[in-house]
Amino acid sequence: MIELDHVSIHAGEFSLSGICMQVPRGHYAVLMGRTGRGKTTILESICGLRKVTSGRILIDGVDVTSWLPGDRQIGYVPQDLALFPTLTVAQHLAFALRLRKRPQSEIDERISQLADVLGITPLLGRKVDALSGGESQRVALGRALSFRPAVLLLDEPLSALDESTRTEMHELLKRVKETTGVTTLHVTHSNEEAEVLADQRFELNDGVLRVA
Amino acid sequence: MRLMSEPVKASSSPTFRRRSDTPFFLVMGGISACFIILIVLLLAADVVFTSPSDFIDALRKPEIQAAFRLTILSCSAAAVLSLWVATPLGYLLSRYRFPGRWLVDTLVDIPIVLPPLVLGLSLLILFHLPIFGWELEAWLRDSVGFPVTYQWPAVVLAQFSVACAFAVRTMRVTFDQIDPRAEDVARTLGCTRGQAFMQIALPQAWRGMIAATTIAWARALGEFGPILVFAGATRMRTEVLSTTVFLELSIGQLNAAVAVSLLMVAMAVVVLLILRVLGTGLNA
Repeated sequence: MIELDHVSIHAGEFSLSGICMQVPRGHYAVLMGRTGRGKTTILESICGLRKVTSGRILIDGVDVTSWLPGDRQIGYVPQDLALFPTLTVAQHLAFALRLRKRPQSEIDERISQLADVLGITPLLGRKVDALSGGESQRVALGRALSFRPAVLLLDEPLSALDESTRTEMHELLKRVKETTGVTTLHVTHSNEEAEVLADQRFELNDGVLRVA
Repeated sequence: MRLMSEPVKASSSPTFRRRSDTPFFLVMGGISACFIILIVLLLAADVVFTSPSDFIDALRKPEIQAAFRLTILSCSAAAVLSLWVATPLGYLLSRYRFPGRWLVDTLVDIPIVLPPLVLGLSLLILFHLPIFGWELEAWLRDSVGFPVTYQWPAVVLAQFSVACAFAVRTMRVTFDQIDPRAEDVARTLGCTRGQAFMQIALPQAWRGMIAATTIAWARALGEFGPILVFAGATRMRTEVLSTTVFLELSIGQLNAAVAVSLLMVAMAVVVLLILRVLGTGLNA
């Protein structure tokens, strides 16, 4: 469950204040709104990359407002993906598990399981610089899901993809939603995406967050 | 409509004129060539002045061999130390906006702009300044058993002071060019800032680290003023190749001075080539 309790954030030229939001456990929420209104800022605050000036952020009922990003157990797929240029696809999927010192057998099993679900098994040994947009997107999604996070945050994950790849990714995200049941907050401009995926819709306009 | 139906006048028809880019290349190339020719002439003059036998005689002198060994060792030590300091400092300056950052940024450049003799003098004063009866050099010599001034550590420290400033600049630019977003995402995956630095930023910075080490090494090779003041120029003890050139000149041994200069040119060229190969990739 994701809960924002009167959260205020100042970021450069704009600020958001008194943001309240609740995404129940296992729900898939979509956050919409025009560009530059602070949707990414909200995601960054939830995963801990941006400090909030007041209010509380709760993940599964635990107040994580002052926690380090790495302690929050949140899978984050940023808009720019930010893949790791020196690692292979398999190393991306193993990264979070190695940090958690999981045994190698468990890591290997998780890599093959994720690669299978995401359809990237043939890419496992490749470096990420030669991947296509859709492939990179799958790797970023796999990296975020690898450690079975409590919450998944997706920042316009499909905006840079062509039509057919986007439809494939819709299917994939639906499959992830059904198989993992991870609580998800997905930022998008696309009504179509919201219709296909959302259990719940929020809209951010003029600094006010509303349930749509 | 009238305009369109009017016949096109002869005066408005485009005139064809062939122009040339040759003057551009002549002017730009000519000005650039002046500098290139100056460098080539400098090197050629050294080569013409000395003979292979002079060169070999000079390199056979035990003093010069000792200076060569000390130069290689002290430059390498200064370069490695510089890298150790420049990597964290360059990263902090590149990634964080902290109070007093502008001051740190300015202080880092001071060894670059300071006249070399002043830097040497400042080091000498620092080590011998009495503070309530306590003196750094005396403490190092008597309590730690590691005298610095006029010994080989002074050579390394003098070289390090300047070389490190250049290494910091290089490392800062290196980290500026690495996207910090990957480190952010690594932090959401469970990394602390330290782990994100070690596992994501550093592996991307290896080329910059080699460049910083090479630049530091080359700066250390050319260091003269601070070494002369802070380490002295004792033959077989604190003499490095740059001081050799000075010492040979001062006793009228122009041939030996030029031979050692050529040796230093060769060392610098090797370092520059390494830098070029690593900086642009092996195929460029």
